Amino acid sequence: MAKEQDKILQKYTGNEYKYGWVTDVESDTLPKGLNEDIIRAISKKKNEPEFLLDFRLKAYRHWKEMKMPEWAHLKIPEIDYQDMVYYSAPKQKAGPKSIDDVDPELKKTFDRLGIPIDEQKRLAGVAVDAVMDSSSVKTTFKEKLAELGIIFCSFSEAVQNHPDLVREYMGSVVPYTDNYFAALNSAVFSDGSFVYIPKGVRTPMELSTYFRINAANTGQFERTLIVAEDDSYVSYLEGCTAPIRDENQLHAAIVEIVAKNNAHVKYSTVQNWYPGDKEGKGGIYNFVTKRGKAQGNHSKISWTQVETGSSITWKYPSVILMGDNSVGEFYSVAVTNNHQQADTGTKMIHIGKNTKSTIVSKGISAGYSNNSYRGLVKITKNAENARNFSQCDSMLMGDRCGAHTFPYIETENRSAIVEHEATTSKIGDDQIFYCNQRGINEEDAIGLIVNGYAKEVINKLPMEFAVEAQTLLQISLEGSVG
Amino acid sequence: MSIHAQSIDLKDRFAAFFYKHQSTIREGLPEGINQHRQVAIEAFQQNGIPDRNVEDYKYTDLNPAFEKDYRTYIRPKQIDFNLNDIFHCDVPALDTHVVLLLNGWFYEKKTPQKKLPNGVIITSLREAANEYPEVIQKHYNQYADSKNQGLTALNTAFAQDGVFIYVPRGKAMDKPVQIINLLMDEEPGMSQHRNLMVMEEGSQAKVIVCDHTLSQSTFLTNSVTEIYAGQNAHMDFVRIQNEHNDSTQISNLYLNQERDSNVTSNTISLHGGLIRNNYYLRLNGENCENKTLGLYLTDRGQHIDSYVHMDHAHPHSRSNQLFKGVLDDYATGAFNGRILVRQDAQKTEAYQANNNILLTDDAKMNSKPQLEIYADDVKCSHGGTSGQLNGDALFYLRSRGIPLKEAQLLLMYAFAHEIIGEIHIQPLQDRIHELTEKRLRGELTRCNYCQMHCGDSGKN
Repeated sequence: MAKEQDKILQKYTGNEYKYGWVTDVESDTLPKGLNEDIIRAISKKKNEPEFLLDFRLKAYRHWKEMKMPEWAHLKIPEIDYQDMVYYSAPKQKAGPKSIDDVDPELKKTFDRLGIPIDEQKRLAGVAVDAVMDSSSVKTTFKEKLAELGIIFCSFSEAVQNHPDLVREYMGSVVPYTDNYFAALNSAVFSDGSFVYIPKGVRTPMELSTYFRINAANTGQFERTLIVAEDDSYVSYLEGCTAPIRDENQLHAAIVEIVAKNNAHVKYSTVQNWYPGDKEGKGGIYNFVTKRGKAQGNHSKISWTQVETGSSITWKYPSVILMGDNSVGEFYSVAVTNNHQQADTGTKMIHIGKNTKSTIVSKGISAGYSNNSYRGLVKITKNAENARNFSQCDSMLMGDRCGAHTFPYIETENRSAIVEHEATTSKIGDDQIFYCNQRGINEEDAIGLIVNGYAKEVINKLPMEFAVEAQTLLQISLEGSVG
Repeated sequence: MSIHAQSIDLKDRFAAFFYKHQSTIREGLPEGINQHRQVAIEAFQQNGIPDRNVEDYKYTDLNPAFEKDYRTYIRPKQIDFNLNDIFHCDVPALDTHVVLLLNGWFYEKKTPQKKLPNGVIITSLREAANEYPEVIQKHYNQYADSKNQGLTALNTAFAQDGVFIYVPRGKAMDKPVQIINLLMDEEPGMSQHRNLMVMEEGSQAKVIVCDHTLSQSTFLTNSVTEIYAGQNAHMDFVRIQNEHNDSTQISNLYLNQERDSNVTSNTISLHGGLIRNNYYLRLNGENCENKTLGLYLTDRGQHIDSYVHMDHAHPHSRSNQLFKGVLDDYATGAFNGRILVRQDAQKTEAYQANNNILLTDDAKMNSKPQLEIYADDVKCSHGGTSGQLNGDALFYLRSRGIPLKEAQLLLMYAFAHEIIGEIHIQPLQDRIHELTEKRLRGELTRCNYCQMHCGDSGKN
């Protein structure tokens, strides 16, 4: 039995990362290192207005004073911030006007990723902004969205075309002083996505960004800003992949969401950065600050994430529930295998009255990996009738991995009801036996059980992603029962 | 003999005080105890008094409490009256071996008989250190972490006295030992006593610790208790904290359990200004059983912080933590519990729960129940809740003619019962029930059961 399991384990954990190729596109790259000149150079390349350069420099000066955070349950090797390229963009003649202007190599890349960047794939019904290395390659369906008044474009375009909006909202949810990686991102971010949904508009299709790290020795620092005006709705998807490389690469992103009265923002992520090889060599360091501000009454922000990639994940998508009756949700499946490490969770800050938050976190650890949930639920003094429910389940596969739960519950209002539950389990032999008995072989049984375990979260994903997420879970895990 | 509050760093202040008076501190004590002091004071200088930047002390900053100007009792306080006359524990039908500690020093007059016929020893740490050096050598400072924990290191450097209990192999104590910690002085005082309890294989004991303040001065206690529970030893440990609101109490309990042993510890915090209870529990063998329970009833500006570190180092052990609290007025509380299941500690069952009731909007509770698990075949769960009394339950009671106030009391009382019911010394359990009820009614003053009644009119 054990041998059989080992074989299956071998087979599945041996599964190669299928997005690990490198695209051969010419890129425009700044020299390695980080200093004010580099920041000025990035800003100049992007033809940015004065206020943005000031913002970057302030952030950089602040970052220099800060220390790398050490509180997470992670072993992070020292990162040499001077030995890294902060700007690398696929070379292009002035922005692509139509699909023919996009570098064919680049197009091929996204084709291989299965991203409907080609507008001919209109039927796919997803508007896509593709970001490679540091810059946005192509945004689809822009015109169609523009008819409704929706702005969906790369961050740099937004800076050029809608500087007032950028100025008003950038840094309003995640200030550059927020944390070490947010400060770094604020100083050197190169591109990202910008979404603006005007009042009363329900976005007719899913908006999606695909992030791809391609160049070597490059950090990727993108910024996403979503502003949802009163009574609007948007569902936004984000996916990520990277080539297989021996050295670690840094990804430090910021996502900011502003939701006004009655606005509903749904943000889904399938994170599949290169996780490193079986010995833990290489892989992406994924240090991301994601935060939404539910500032309007009856607003709702919901985060759904499937985390299977990255060698180290440090990520806490949060919601600040400012408006009365606002709702925050966090659904997460985090899978770690081999030598991956993840410290992920959420923060729900209840400020408005009658605010509600739900946290469902499912961790799965296998191999030698460590998977931690870390979350904060804070009920401030005036948050009357706040309600929180948190459930954090961990599943262990194998006896050399770890599953940890670090919830923080801070209550300052007596009318609050806060509940936290966590359990730790493994796939029981009896469950497998039950399946075997009914003619389901061991690997399918494990697939079945894992998907059942994660179902609560996968169900929250939009269709296109749910299928991908399910496949990802199978690839990352099946057969690793210990 | 006081440590003056000055702007110099606390660490240096205590270190300087230690070096100046170390000959007095070491006086009359054998190497078994003194040998740890130098290392400890150096470790203290490294770690210092934890502030909020230390993750485990995120919700409690102890520095302000240490900054005050205290008299440190490096010699026992001379009193010219018999303590027995002014204090006696008033729990009816509670028959115990009573041990008194006055400001951290063993009060000889209370315990004339130190060695029971069956070989059980109940005496002062000082005496034990001289009479039973081999036990001290084997157990003293072996379980306490004087390397990384600043407060424990400080205690190890300064500890001069405390209670020593030894239960020989296969023996059971005829009745519980009751340790009464009294703090009494006209000036602010600081006590750092040190207890050591050694339970040999197959022994049984019940220990009750009561903390009282007998005068209105500000007090700071930083005590360390080390318990060694040998194979198949059974122990009940009950602590009742009832000090006035100007006191700061830091208790550090280090428990080491060998295989098949069973320890239940129960802490009832009725009163106290700032309380920090640290529990470092290590299940160092298979098939251990541990229950760590706590109940805290706080009001006004009180603050209580319970920290539990449960270390499952071997397979097949079971542990259960349950901490419950009622917070009134502008009281604040914190719970910080961690279950660590080490690699290969399979078949562990570990549970942890922290439930709180907030009675006002000014009360504040921070809860951090944590799991850290490195073995896959385990059953672990934790939970935390914070809220107010159940509206439906209140309505139910009121619809049957019970006034709101009574209904609330009834529910709180039931809430507390889950902890109190686990006190396995019946007369004490009854008494605590009664005290809790009084406490919840707001009738209990700290001096209720002390005959001195010195500060009834004063602050509580």
